Amino acid sequence: MSTTTETEGTGSGTPEPAGPARGTAEAGRRTEPTGRTAGSLGAMTGAELTKLLRRPATWVLVGLWPALQLVFSTVIPFVSYQRGATFEGLPPEAVLASMLPDQLVLNSLSGLPLFGGALLLTLGALLAGSEYGWGTLKTLLGQGPRRLQVLAAQLLALLVVLAVAVLVSFGLTALASGAIAAGESATADWPTVGRLLRGLGGGLLIAATWGSLGLLLGHALRSTALPIALGLVWVLAVENLIVNVAAPLLGAFDTAQAALPGVNAGSLVAALAGDGATLRTPGVAAIVDGAQAAGVLAGFLVLFTVLTALLLTRRDVV
Amino acid sequence: MIAGLTKRYGSRTVVDDLSLTVRRGEVYGFLGPNGAGKTTTLRALLGLVRPTSGTALVLGRPAGAASSGVGALIEGPGFYPYLSGRENLRVLARYAGAPAGRVDTVLRTVDLTDRARDRYSTYSLGMKQRLGVASALLKDPELVVLDEPTNGLDPAGISDMRALLRRLSADGHTVLLSSHLLGEVEQVCDRVAVISSGRLVVESSVGELLGLHRLVIEAEPLDEAAAITTRLLGPERVSVVGGAVHAQAGPEDAARINRALVLADVEVSGLRQEAQTLEAVFLEMTGSELVAAGPDPDGPPAQRTGRLSRRGAER
Ligand SMILES: Nc1ncnc2c1ncn2[C@@H]1O[C@H](COP(=O)(O)OP(=O)(O)OP(=O)(O)O)[C@@H](O)[C@H]1O
Ligand SMILES: [Mg+2]
Repeated sequence: MSTTTETEGTGSGTPEPAGPARGTAEAGRRTEPTGRTAGSLGAMTGAELTKLLRRPATWVLVGLWPALQLVFSTVIPFVSYQRGATFEGLPPEAVLASMLPDQLVLNSLSGLPLFGGALLLTLGALLAGSEYGWGTLKTLLGQGPRRLQVLAAQLLALLVVLAVAVLVSFGLTALASGAIAAGESATADWPTVGRLLRGLGGGLLIAATWGSLGLLLGHALRSTALPIALGLVWVLAVENLIVNVAAPLLGAFDTAQAALPGVNAGSLVAALAGDGATLRTPGVAAIVDGAQAAGVLAGFLVLFTVLTALLLTRRDVV
Repeated sequence: MIAGLTKRYGSRTVVDDLSLTVRRGEVYGFLGPNGAGKTTTLRALLGLVRPTSGTALVLGRPAGAASSGVGALIEGPGFYPYLSGRENLRVLARYAGAPAGRVDTVLRTVDLTDRARDRYSTYSLGMKQRLGVASALLKDPELVVLDEPTNGLDPAGISDMRALLRRLSADGHTVLLSSHLLGEVEQVCDRVAVISSGRLVVESSVGELLGLHRLVIEAEPLDEAAAITTRLLGPERVSVVGGAVHAQAGPEDAARINRALVLADVEVSGLRQEAQTLEAVFLEMTGSELVAAGPDPDGPPAQRTGRLSRRGAER
């Protein structure tokens, strides 16, 4: 009924005589492109970034991971070293060695498989879930973007923020370990550019996997509290239980653990850390080799994103 | 624009085989009581929900595929509480591909410029609603869809909103407006559709619906008053309900009827115009074929308990 009826309206080829105001408005409108009018993906990503950056929660989460990372990988061992005590069974010299610049990659990323992952997953879940609670998703979609464009903008903005967080973690750790090396007159054996880049890339891959899982949970559950709770329990408890309790007991779990995102994140960090590294952070262990871990994580990243896309394009937004 | 639209949530049919046409350039009122399916229909129109069956075409393109040229406020405003009003609109303008200058323009349009720097979470209900309307106008869209835009507005705000709707219409925009009050839309709309339980009750011009105005006459003796009124209006427009004569008559008839009654020595103790509540309209529409066929209702509306606010004539 519609197409035919519409041509009967005043919008048809022969405009009815109208007042000057109406005439100019319609003339102005006709110059608009006839297709979908929506912003570019760049503009949308910029909008998402604005939203993230203006949100206090982002700063808390993104600041907390590098800060905790620094505390656990450098500050606490350093205090213990200064007291001359053994730290986790290591003699003081070994403790010092573990904080020096050649361990930069490990010390910048070791929190990602566990608490770092939990914090970044929370960021993804907040980003996606609060759009439902505030009713802003319908407002956004009402402006004309495709749903996949909204998701792409969310994902890209999240990636930017995660990349910055990884960089900040490297930067803070580099400053601290450089200072320690100088203060203790130890050799500052900085990692090569190649290792550094692989470390940054691997860190971003892990962060993106967690972030996209948060995004998926936030969209799936249309809220923030439940996805965050589920995500935290999974990252901090369930994977640990599987690895430390179930896997040693049952063969099936032993095989299954190689497919867990946290285990692969831990294995990737272990691989990026290099051969000589002392792995003492919980969650960091070479259960699978580095290439496989990177492959599985990339697979998870794609899987989470595809699932989110399917969900978002199919669902009723109310 | 909407043809055979049906939406089911589980086993509940919320919108049932609904067909409507909004013509370009008109202000179209979409009326129905709470839960009638107005919001659901508008969501389907925007592609926010997928219809179970049927189609909706917007500006000649399938709903959802083309949100171009459509600006909407659906079921209350949704904004980021930690951003200011202006920042919220900036974010949306980037999504809409609207030039940044539009933000200040629409803020001025809804009279929010002086509070634009405040956080959205500090806004009053009416300010939130106005920001919602502003966001619907960001793209300078050809079709503006507003779901109960006067929600939470004070009388001044409501009359501002009316003026805004008239201005939009004068500028060549098509406006689709939902409400549960006939009185709220009759002054601005060209045509209205009334739906109830997801079904179309009537789609007609406002002029036709205004024919449904009722004049309530309290007079003594009642029989004579009824007879005189019947002589003036015809039997199908007059009835006696609960000690008063009810006549289907607009304000233009009131004086004439009053004079006739007084000249016939009938004591008129009350003469008031009642706008029909939608519920009464529904009962009439569904109760008689005659009404569905034309503006002239057959007989009086049945007695009802007004769930929707009953409006005395104000005009
Ligand atoms: N997501 C949903 N799931 C199930 N039922 C729904 C959903 N959304 C709406 N409904 C039902 O659809 C019916 C119509 O709702 P709708 O919001 O369209 O009404 P409305 O006409 O906008 O009413 P109001 O005047 O109160 O805004 C209601 O019975 C409501 O319970
Ligand atoms: Mg509604």
